[in-house]
Amino acid sequence: MRIDLVARNGRSRLVEIAAPLVALIAAMAIGGLLVALLGKSPVQAFFVYFVDPLMESWSLQELAVKATPLVIIAVGLCFCFRANLWNIGAEGQFILGGAMGGWIALLTHGGAGGWWILPAMLLTGALAGLAYALIPALLRVWLGVSEILTSLMLVYIAQFFLDYMVRGPWRDPKGFNFPVTVNFADAATLPQLFDGGRMHAGVLIAIVVALVAALVFSRSLFGYEVRLVGAAPRAARFAGFDDRRLTLSVFAISGALAGLAGIVEVSGQIGQLQPSISPGYGFTAIIVAFLGRLSPIGIVVAGLVLALTYIGGESAQVAMKLPFYLTGAFQGILLMCVLAADVFTRYRLSVQFGRAA
Amino acid sequence: MASAPVSTQETGSAPPLVSLRGLTKRFGSFTANESIDLDLHPGEVHALLGENGAGKSTLVKTIYGLIQPTSGHMLWNGQETVVRSPEEARALGVGMVFQHFSLFDNLTVAENIALALPRSERLETIPARIAEVAQRYGIVLEPQRRVWTLSAGERQRIEIARCLLQNPKLLILDEPTSVLTPQEAETLFQTLDRLKAEGRAILYISHKLDEVKRLCDRATILRMGKVVATCDPRQESARSLAALMVGAQVKDVQAASNRVFGEPRIVVDQLSMRSPELHGVALKNISLSVSAGEILGIAGIAGNGQAELFAALSGEVVANTPGVIGFNGKAAGLENITQRRQRQAAFVPEERNGHAAAPDFALSENVVLSRHADGSMTRFGLLDFGRARSLAGEIIGAFDVRKAGPDPAARTLSGGNLQKFVVGREILRNPSALVIDQPTWGVDAAAAAAIRQAIVDLAAKGAAVIVISQDLDELFEISDRIAVIHQGELSEARPASVITREEIGLLMAGAALAH
Repeated sequence: MRIDLVARNGRSRLVEIAAPLVALIAAMAIGGLLVALLGKSPVQAFFVYFVDPLMESWSLQELAVKATPLVIIAVGLCFCFRANLWNIGAEGQFILGGAMGGWIALLTHGGAGGWWILPAMLLTGALAGLAYALIPALLRVWLGVSEILTSLMLVYIAQFFLDYMVRGPWRDPKGFNFPVTVNFADAATLPQLFDGGRMHAGVLIAIVVALVAALVFSRSLFGYEVRLVGAAPRAARFAGFDDRRLTLSVFAISGALAGLAGIVEVSGQIGQLQPSISPGYGFTAIIVAFLGRLSPIGIVVAGLVLALTYIGGESAQVAMKLPFYLTGAFQGILLMCVLAADVFTRYRLSVQFGRAA
Repeated sequence: MASAPVSTQETGSAPPLVSLRGLTKRFGSFTANESIDLDLHPGEVHALLGENGAGKSTLVKTIYGLIQPTSGHMLWNGQETVVRSPEEARALGVGMVFQHFSLFDNLTVAENIALALPRSERLETIPARIAEVAQRYGIVLEPQRRVWTLSAGERQRIEIARCLLQNPKLLILDEPTSVLTPQEAETLFQTLDRLKAEGRAILYISHKLDEVKRLCDRATILRMGKVVATCDPRQESARSLAALMVGAQVKDVQAASNRVFGEPRIVVDQLSMRSPELHGVALKNISLSVSAGEILGIAGIAGNGQAELFAALSGEVVANTPGVIGFNGKAAGLENITQRRQRQAAFVPEERNGHAAAPDFALSENVVLSRHADGSMTRFGLLDFGRARSLAGEIIGAFDVRKAGPDPAARTLSGGNLQKFVVGREILRNPSALVIDQPTWGVDAAAAAAIRQAIVDLAAKGAAVIVISQDLDELFEISDRIAVIHQGELSEARPASVITREEIGLLMAGAALAH
């Protein structure tokens, strides 16, 4: 028996849109199987995970808040992934962006305040993420080091850097020795969109980021360059695009957006620095980017879907006593299904039966 | 090349070794082979002629067991036989030498041959067996040499020796001379003559009509998947065979009269450059000058530095001193491809898919690929797709590009149509210098004629053109002067009216000409 993947001739728009939906349904089916193996009702789990959070205003707002960092990071990642460059370290860039942006809040804490503090925090966060992402990019360009390994390893350095800082130099002196910083002043906090609600101005930032990125991809020469490098690298060189400059550019963009997401999360949602500021947003954003078919608008939708798994996972923990790690497992299953669906939109499986000679 | 008369056995008297009856192969809605009947006799060299896409490869892959036919059958010595795999084909006595070699560069000749033999065969016995084959068929091989040190001709001999060690009754050769010098090809023909004299059948795929006339006893001509004629190629003219292949008379290229050359437009001065690729060819001290209105042809066997020379001229690989490359009188050695395009230079690389064009991008997007250099593709910082589409339309109209749909992806075009599109994209810019690598490689005869005509017309308008090609007929047809590249060195360019094929062949093989 021989199993081959045979390239399909063309892909219709319908298949392009249907593939991630099919992947989502397949992942839900497998996830349901896991729930059943744990002795719980898959139907109830489906409602707790995917339906109940959509029924109430507070959880819808929570959805937008959780989707915000995912969308901002994933939009940045899609610049890298489209160019066939693999920035796996958005988590580290996110943490460093949050930490350095938060540092501005700490430096100005107790001062007179001022309108410039928030913009300075956002800018510092973005620049910190950018600089951190340039480390793997420069190593790749200068020395040919695989960006996959270096960007991933830098995540742990960022995590321990933040952990050290909030336990040491940045710890709130009046905080009863808890490893947290002071609560940020109002001038260092992203404003709420509605009084008493959960949605902060970061949601708007995410929408603007996605719209601008969509325009850059579809209409600018730079977006064309990124797509061309990913689709046909030799043709990109023939077009006169410098692959070293492009590597640095896309890492800078994705690092800056991950750093921006980090400071938006710290300033809009957490309100202080603590040893951990991310439940793995930088990694989940990889799934968001692929589920959104590496298109900024698709990523907005995919970000909401993945945010749903976070919120649903929390309520499933409470309501059904399902383990927290089920959420992570489901996210992983979803990524596998998305990648598999991608393969089957491009190739068709051909199985030939015949005796071996 | 010289065509010597060959004594041939009478064919047709013996019963056929292989008979194909009504062989049909469909891929989806596309019919690659349609009711093919073909007889191959022992002691016969049978040519399979046809353009690219005529179905030659599908047919031989069916005989070799790589493809299962949709309908029809094959008789082997009169017995109906189903060949399910290449292993079964080899067991039957079918050997095949592919156009693209399947050799391991870092292994020795003997190791490569051992890999194709049954496991019971000992590596120590192989040199002796190679020596035996070498003596019998005049195939010279050094068993201990590593493959990457060998020329294309030597590599092909490994493939042939590998087949012969299995004592095949039918030997299939797919475009065997496309990588050989005329002299190497002559050596191959002598080997084939000996195989024929031993009563083996040879199926010889080619589109080079001269060698088919020199070598083959019978020819089957395929067009669009069907057999259109079976004939004795020695009784036909190259022209009549070409007409059978194409289905129409091929237009000759009209040369411009009153050729006057102007200023030097492309000047290369002592260019040396290492190849960025492992096992690549370094360019050594290359100098050339092409004037306005002139076409310089660069001949050579594949892999002798053509790709490296193209990359150096286009600026995809930048030199380290400005003076080694000049366009229109300006030193351009340090400039990248975009800056050279701004100097009115245009480039067409050998590979259409993935180099000259992005296969998954629409034709209009592929216009942007090289045309963005002059800033005409953007407006207010955004890409002007309206303009890209209208330019694509102009190219499609001027070069008769056949396509499906209004703005299809480049990969949906046939090789010839995509090549016309890519050439048209560069020529319609009216460049003052053009460098084009293998302009008609893998392109049907009608498209090839159109492309050559466009190159000649561009030169007549005053552009300097460099054509890098492995096709000597093409170079003689359109070049004013011809130079040969061998191992990264370029011979002195000589007028096409003076230099002979034999001289070019010697230069291709690396011999220096005595002046």
